[in-house]
Amino acid sequence: MTLNYDDVVTRYDPVIGLETHVELGTASKMFCGCSTEFGAPANTHTCPVCLGLPGALPVANASAIEYTIRIGLALNCSIASWCRFARKNYFYPDMPKNFQTSQYDEPLCVEGYLDVDVQGNTYRVGIERVHLEEDTGKNTHVGGATGRIHGAEYSLVDYNRAGIPLVEIVTKPVEGTGELAPEVAKAYVTELRDILRTLGVSDVRMEQGSLRCDVNTSLSLAGSGVWGTRTETKNVNSLRSVERAVRSEMLRQAEILDAGGRIKQETRHFQETTGTTRSGRSKEEATDYRYFPEPDLVPLAPAPEWVAEIRGSLPELPAARRTRLQAELGLSTEDLQQMVNAGVVEAVASTVEAGAAAGEARNWWMGYLAQLANARDIEAPALPITPVQVARLIALVSDGTLSTALARQAVDGVLETGADVDEVIATRGLAMVSDTSALTDAADAAIAANPDVAEKVRGGKVAAVGALVGAVMKATRGQADAAAVRTILLERLSVSE
Amino acid sequence: MSQTNLHELSAAATATAVAAGQVSAVEVAQAHLDRISQTDDQVRAFLHIDADGALAAAKAVDDRKAAGDRLGPLAGVPLAMKDVVVTRGLPTTAGSKILQGWRPPYDATVTRKIREAGMVMLGKTNMDEFAMGSSTENSAYHPTHNPWDLSRVPGGSSGGSSAAVAAFQAPLSIGTDTGGSIRQPAAVTGLVGHKPTYGSVSRRGLIAFSSSLDQAGPFGRTVQDTALLFDAIHGHDPQDSTSIPNTRFEATAAAVEGARAELAGLRVGVVRELTGASGGYQAGVLDSFFKAVEILRGLGAEIVEVGCPSFDYALAAYYLIAPSECSSNLARFDSVRYGLRVGDDGERSLEEVMSLTREQGFGAEVKRRIMIGTYALSSGYYDAYYGQAQKVRTLIARDFDNAFAQADVLISPTSPFVAFGIGERVADPMAMYVNDLCTLPASLAGTPAISVPCGLSDELGPRLPVGLQIMAPALADERCFRVGAAFEAAYNAANGTVLSNIPALGA
Ligand SMILES: [Zn+2]
Repeated sequence: MTLNYDDVVTRYDPVIGLETHVELGTASKMFCGCSTEFGAPANTHTCPVCLGLPGALPVANASAIEYTIRIGLALNCSIASWCRFARKNYFYPDMPKNFQTSQYDEPLCVEGYLDVDVQGNTYRVGIERVHLEEDTGKNTHVGGATGRIHGAEYSLVDYNRAGIPLVEIVTKPVEGTGELAPEVAKAYVTELRDILRTLGVSDVRMEQGSLRCDVNTSLSLAGSGVWGTRTETKNVNSLRSVERAVRSEMLRQAEILDAGGRIKQETRHFQETTGTTRSGRSKEEATDYRYFPEPDLVPLAPAPEWVAEIRGSLPELPAARRTRLQAELGLSTEDLQQMVNAGVVEAVASTVEAGAAAGEARNWWMGYLAQLANARDIEAPALPITPVQVARLIALVSDGTLSTALARQAVDGVLETGADVDEVIATRGLAMVSDTSALTDAADAAIAANPDVAEKVRGGKVAAVGALVGAVMKATRGQADAAAVRTILLERLSVSE
Repeated sequence: MSQTNLHELSAAATATAVAAGQVSAVEVAQAHLDRISQTDDQVRAFLHIDADGALAAAKAVDDRKAAGDRLGPLAGVPLAMKDVVVTRGLPTTAGSKILQGWRPPYDATVTRKIREAGMVMLGKTNMDEFAMGSSTENSAYHPTHNPWDLSRVPGGSSGGSSAAVAAFQAPLSIGTDTGGSIRQPAAVTGLVGHKPTYGSVSRRGLIAFSSSLDQAGPFGRTVQDTALLFDAIHGHDPQDSTSIPNTRFEATAAAVEGARAELAGLRVGVVRELTGASGGYQAGVLDSFFKAVEILRGLGAEIVEVGCPSFDYALAAYYLIAPSECSSNLARFDSVRYGLRVGDDGERSLEEVMSLTREQGFGAEVKRRIMIGTYALSSGYYDAYYGQAQKVRTLIARDFDNAFAQADVLISPTSPFVAFGIGERVADPMAMYVNDLCTLPASLAGTPAISVPCGLSDELGPRLPVGLQIMAPALADERCFRVGAAFEAAYNAANGTVLSNIPALGA
């Protein structure tokens, strides 16, 4: 790949679109009473309905419908007053009935939008539809080189996931983002994830597959307004991958177009290791899913009063919350944007709620904690330390119990052991030495061990006392207050400032 | 009570005798099992006989009786179950090779209600594969013979259930009706058969053919027996989303009352489109039908003629909707989780194994309907076929509404034909499909209908039964039973029962 991204975006306009699948966090499955708990032994959360046994019938999960309406309302959608489920027919062994109960031309929520901020600009991403369907089972193809069904020695199917309620959120094509297309895509998924988490409808864990994202990308010649052929990239399993997938697909398509080639309409798979996409199934021979209204279910007709009730019970959404926090914490727009990019807004807010000053909370989450998180390639809030613990550390620093350096050691201890802050301080002996007689003994020892330095200080070169302070700090393993140590040393040397 | 004629008792009489301690449920069950072993070589109504299960269920009833429990109105009464209804631990094949050997891990709601009523399930009855057919010749296992003439079909798809009751192997049976599969077999075997209002009997555990049409219902030798069974199986089921809330019928009371009453003030509509004006109906059938009209008139009913022009399109609409739904419903039979698996030799791919399994596991009629349905649902054809058929369905429902504004019940022959010979129509699907001409409209509209014996036709040689179909508005199932019982009483008073003419089965 020799193309330069900056050059590509001067010649081509990207159009992106995102299809996001969210596994809802309801206690039971979409059409039966089986548990949705993750990680149970294979095929233990199954029954005649989610195994598609002959004669079994679905009953729609009311909580899943409510969750979907919550999502629709949070995304500014209209909620259908009447809609139906449909059968999407295709054969695959992870589909117990060989059809997926989904929604087709009558989705539950339509015509919404989500605003996302990128580099000071707001982009309005149109939401085409939010619909409800059931998840499939999970195949494991054993043997063979590719891990795919073809060439596998045998395949195992786990139907625990089959029938878990799944919401699909489809954007309209997003135009006009130019070079920021990858960032806009990432910002959209990030914002969506935060909304879903705030709504409490899903645990939105991309690594466990409870939030899955397909990214559509196409290029048009700059200014032409004629859309190019799009590809659909699957297997995009992290926020960073969303951005990388768009960028690499833009570059790949530009290279083909530059060479006078044409883009094949196909499904591609994002590869985490290379950051590029590889060709999957061709979509040119489109599968005919033979959709028709699901005759085993009655139409969904959410009462307007119920929808109003749900609307009234929506929590404060992330955007409003950010605006409020910005004012409350006295943050500049730039500060806020940085915190959003680092994914620490909620962590900072929670830390402030736990009693910390806003500036301190920001410094910790954007500073030392962000460094540690970067080293682990995660966002700071994913570190195993809570805002309450961070607030406790800030309090201990401000009352002089800990120095900043000690507080960092305490963070390390919390991350390493999983123990609470005070426990780490106690077991590691991290408290400041405030016992004056102990510090005086240490000062005398330092003076005795460095007679020439002591002589210089006595002779009026007060600045030289720094070396003695260092010796005392070393002797007390950093647990002393350096200013207090300095005062004691000058006192013992009978020198005044 | 003599044990030799226990199998000839009505369900009502059997339940009364058991409850009164005149006979034990085990004796009743044994008498029917004996009857089955004496006659089923000829009739072949059953795919699976569960003698142990039947005797155990009967013994449980006797134990409850001994313990002083009050028994329900059908306790100790034997029953034959159509093999499309799942029964926990008992083979359930839907008449198909693709489910050979499958034992369901759960009971259908109908099965559960049968067990809770203390009924004694004798076994599973033969049927057209996946309920697709009108003769039971599409069973993957064997045809069933009509006890009236063993060379003839017992109707279908519930032909095993009709033959078993007509052969006195069981006083009652469960069938399912998608386009006429209870009413037509009842008509051609001289029985009463009821297709309930769609949504009044739970479909949970019915192996689906066409979800928007399938409905389980009862067969009996009298209207009252049939009503007793309907009362036992109907009712709202939260596990079937299409089940109608708060349904509670008193069909038995309606039948008992109907048998004593006249029909003065009742408006009976003769459906012009279903009385053979354009030909194609057997003369013997029409003859019995018009005599039935006179019996109704004699009971004081006002006879009116009603027009339902959309009914002419019922057959075409049905043969798009039912195959479309079946093409999707039957997709699950793929060898992966249960049932037949063909060609899994470690070399063939999944697709090849699926294809081979379906190729060998499904019969010709099932494949034909899957193909028709797959085509009708294809993108680009959906509107012209499935979409259009749904519109016809709406028109048919509207015709019913108009007709029921003029009449309290509608009547027609149940089928244009009496029982035909085994093998006679198998080569021509259309000749088979027209058997359901009269029963399809009520199926498409989801409205209730009952078939009651209304005469005999000797047009084809042997005397064969003819059925009268009585249709009522949605949720007016009790009206079917009331009018059916009144007609039955009047007919029997004048002619004796139709079933009394059935030839004895040879030993
Ligand atoms: Zn389940």
